[in-house]
Amino acid sequence: MLGEGIVKGMAETARNFLGSYVKEDRLTTVQYPEERLPQKEAARNFPFLVYDGDDWQAGMRCVACQICEKECPPQCIYITKSKDKKPDHAGKAQIYPAIFDIDISVCMSCQICVEVCPFDAIKMDTEFELSTGDRFGDLLQHKNDLSKSNTYFRKLHPTEAAEADARLAAERAKAEAKAKAAAAPKPLSPASVPALAK
Amino acid sequence: MDQIFVTIKHWAVGFGPAQGQPIISAIISVVLLIAVFASLFAITTVLERKGLGRIQNRYGPNRVGPFGILQPVADGVKALIKEDIVPRTADSVVHFLAPLVLVVPVFLALAVVPMGRNMVAVDMDAGVLFFFAVGAATELSVFMAGWSSRNKYSLLGAMRAIAQMISYEVPLILSAVTVIMMAGSLSTVKIIEAQAGYAGGLPRWFVLTPWGLTGFILFMIAAAAESNRSPFDLPEGESEIIAGYYIEYSGFKFALFFLGEYIGMFAVSGLAITLFLGGWHAPFSFLTWIPSYFWFFGKLLALIAVFIWVRGTLPRLRMDQLMNFAWKFMLPMALINLVTAGIWRFLSPGFSRWLICSLLVLGPYVMLARGLLLGSDVGKRTYRYAE
Amino acid sequence: MPASFIILGLLTLAGAIAAMSLRNLVHCALALTVAFAGLAALYLQLDAQFIGFAQILVYIGAVAILIVFAILLTRGSETPQPSILSPSWFGGISVAVVVFGVLAMTIVRSAVADRNLPPAPQVSVRELGEQLMTKYLLPLEVIGLLLTAALIGAVIIAMHEKEER
Repeated sequence: MLGEGIVKGMAETARNFLGSYVKEDRLTTVQYPEERLPQKEAARNFPFLVYDGDDWQAGMRCVACQICEKECPPQCIYITKSKDKKPDHAGKAQIYPAIFDIDISVCMSCQICVEVCPFDAIKMDTEFELSTGDRFGDLLQHKNDLSKSNTYFRKLHPTEAAEADARLAAERAKAEAKAKAAAAPKPLSPASVPALAK
Repeated sequence: MDQIFVTIKHWAVGFGPAQGQPIISAIISVVLLIAVFASLFAITTVLERKGLGRIQNRYGPNRVGPFGILQPVADGVKALIKEDIVPRTADSVVHFLAPLVLVVPVFLALAVVPMGRNMVAVDMDAGVLFFFAVGAATELSVFMAGWSSRNKYSLLGAMRAIAQMISYEVPLILSAVTVIMMAGSLSTVKIIEAQAGYAGGLPRWFVLTPWGLTGFILFMIAAAAESNRSPFDLPEGESEIIAGYYIEYSGFKFALFFLGEYIGMFAVSGLAITLFLGGWHAPFSFLTWIPSYFWFFGKLLALIAVFIWVRGTLPRLRMDQLMNFAWKFMLPMALINLVTAGIWRFLSPGFSRWLICSLLVLGPYVMLARGLLLGSDVGKRTYRYAE
Repeated sequence: MPASFIILGLLTLAGAIAAMSLRNLVHCALALTVAFAGLAALYLQLDAQFIGFAQILVYIGAVAILIVFAILLTRGSETPQPSILSPSWFGGISVAVVVFGVLAMTIVRSAVADRNLPPAPQVSVRELGEQLMTKYLLPLEVIGLLLTAALIGAVIIAMHEKEER
């Protein structure tokens, strides 16, 4: 009958209106600056450099291999190698980047730098509230802005961090095993003991 | 307590010279009317936005004051300080006068609506006729606004708005004529007096009779169409023709159009309360100790809430659907309602009167509804290329 | 003659003269609306409430809009007219003034102006209705018939236009 649909519609609207005071799912607004929605685990925005431990300069995983610089499609990463070396997580002496700049006004968040890094050194951050007043100066992030700790990484992307940690721990274990094998006394061989060889 | 405003006004008027007392009394009424309804307009804009927001699962404005109630102040300041742009080829005199020609008649129309016992600004013998006369003058302002902007789309919007307003004036006036016929007078005060008294616990309002209920529903639908209110807001549809006939208006003139539209809504709701809902009478006899103006404004707020509710529920009607509805459904229903009211008067009171008149109204309703829905049997949607 | 009558009369005359002499046609229609409003105010000043409000409702609310629609649907663009006044405007106006003077003098000096005006009856809407239903019933029905014929004619003309396409 004419008017039936209107009455049913108005009943639904009234239910919405009254329910929005009582139930949560009838008022789905998240009032932005005061409340924030949690981001999904695979969210990504701009890259950051991971460091292990407490000292960001000593624990930085990046070895300045420049693969991410070459693979970046808009070429927004600028790396300059250092002259000296520092020990990495497995104890081996590696060079480190003296200058590591990412221009985030150019970066398109494609994650290619993350995919090609062999050292799990650069990962994607989810921070988006990066607006500044200075377009050219503040949007060029330097090494100290980009370095964030591994605990932060673990909080942000738990599965990815667990995987990276497992890989690095395996490498560290292998390196330690090799070092122990090198440091342990070797079994005597006839060539190394001239007295016995006679 | 009920007559407190009337006594205050008499006391204030007593200060003036005896010669000018009618003028002073009129000026006080006018100032009070404008003050009360302008603040009601401000409150309504906030309530509407918050109400619509809650219906649409969101908050309304809630930043300006506590819970956003100071939002009209922010809107008013914005409207005042915005630059007043008049297009270079526009007709500046007509462009300037159009908002005035809208706002003045709608405030005039509020003069015959009684807001409480003895609280009507002007008690005219032909009050309802005056109301419809000034309501008809608002259509001229729509045309002036649309034409003076020298904008094809604005003119199109104005033509459609005028067509809509003229078409819906006929059922509006016919529903009102039914009430006038039954009450026997054109004066709003006498119509309210005809609805006084209580019969068996229920009030004797006209809405509680078959012809009154039909008339009330027809009047409300036509009133929504007259003030260009959703679902009849195609002329000013915000997503269709952007702003229709007031697209070239900015700043305070736009605020005046907005004000005129809302005050028109209040005025026609006030008339509906007067004609059908018993004016300032209380609904039950044990509630008459509450002052009369509380009842009037309470009923007015209830009707405004219904308007907001309908706006949040229904989609916009297309132009041809709108005109079909007016001429092929509402006009015959209004005429049949008129005949039913006449028959009601001549039958003796009792159950048979109710039965006969209800059938007389429901029968054509069902048949006309079937006639309206004849051409709309579209069936399942078919795609030309997608399958 | 009270001052309000003079002011309202001048307003109506100004509206009518503007309706004749303005260039833009829509401006003329709006000036005509002002003349209608002036007439309605004059009726109200004579205490004829019903006809005053009916004048506003019918003339301003419907006839003025009809005129405006007719202008828009037939003329289209607003071409600026050449001057409304013809070259011999002085002769025309003087002839009109002379004719008006002669007619006015004749009417004022005739017997029509001397008769006693009966006191103005208090016409209420109820009396109007009673007179329409008893004494003037036949003219009422004839007017109703005429309006129905006009309505049906309009519908038939519009329908034929639709079928011709």
